[in-house]
Amino acid sequence: MAERPLSPHVTVYKWAYTMTLSILHRISGIALFAALVVMVIWLMAAAGGAHTYAAAMDVLASLPFKCLIAIALLALCYHFCNGLRHLAWDLGFGFERMQARRSAVLVVVVTLLAAVALIYALFRVAVGRA
Amino acid sequence: MSLRAPLRQVLSHGSARDGVSHWWVQRVTAVALAPLSVWLVLAMLGLPAADHAAVSAWIASGLHPVLLALTVALAAWHGWLGLSIVIEDYLPQNGPRIVLLLLSTFLNALLAASGIYAVLRIALRGAS
Repeated sequence: MAERPLSPHVTVYKWAYTMTLSILHRISGIALFAALVVMVIWLMAAAGGAHTYAAAMDVLASLPFKCLIAIALLALCYHFCNGLRHLAWDLGFGFERMQARRSAVLVVVVTLLAAVALIYALFRVAVGRA
Repeated sequence: MSLRAPLRQVLSHGSARDGVSHWWVQRVTAVALAPLSVWLVLAMLGLPAADHAAVSAWIASGLHPVLLALTVALAAWHGWLGLSIVIEDYLPQNGPRIVLLLLSTFLNALLAASGIYAVLRIALRGAS
């Protein structure tokens, strides 16, 4: 397999921060798959009745798990914003190097602002009902 | 249609000829999930999550069952496409690749089926 000529791989390129955004899109996507698993478990627990739901919420609403949900919210904000960037590329916009770098900065800024707001809401709810 | 299998397919090299639909469906599900995910996250953060009756009532009210079932199904579909690409990109052809691809396929199908079942069960409980 390795004997045939291979095209240059990622390691031959000089690092640019847009590369980090690219791999983060995949990492956040995998995190969101995990979040979907939790979401479905939550729905199944709700369908199972009040008893099952309370048992599930003992875990899902615990502080360590809330931190995992916070990470999922961050992943969602990022995957959402960078996904819109990908869709813009698919429509033919923003391919120039400077545009791609500027949109990368925009994605990071909007992601952090949105994530801070959502995570604040997540923990505010937790404190209010504890 | 030819009944002869081209050598490149026998050797697992070359294009499978269905790349465009994979690419397109990934975009279509992404566009659909964008508004659905915003709605879902904002709605869920506003829910009294500890209150089973209130949560069930919210899931069952109005168009929520339809939107919830759609969101879970589309997320599983989008996730299946995305995970497939990641697995195919990083794992060599011989080895755990086919196992992980099958696992991802079955798991995503299970997630879609379970999510839709749970939503319908909650939504139809009041009707029966």
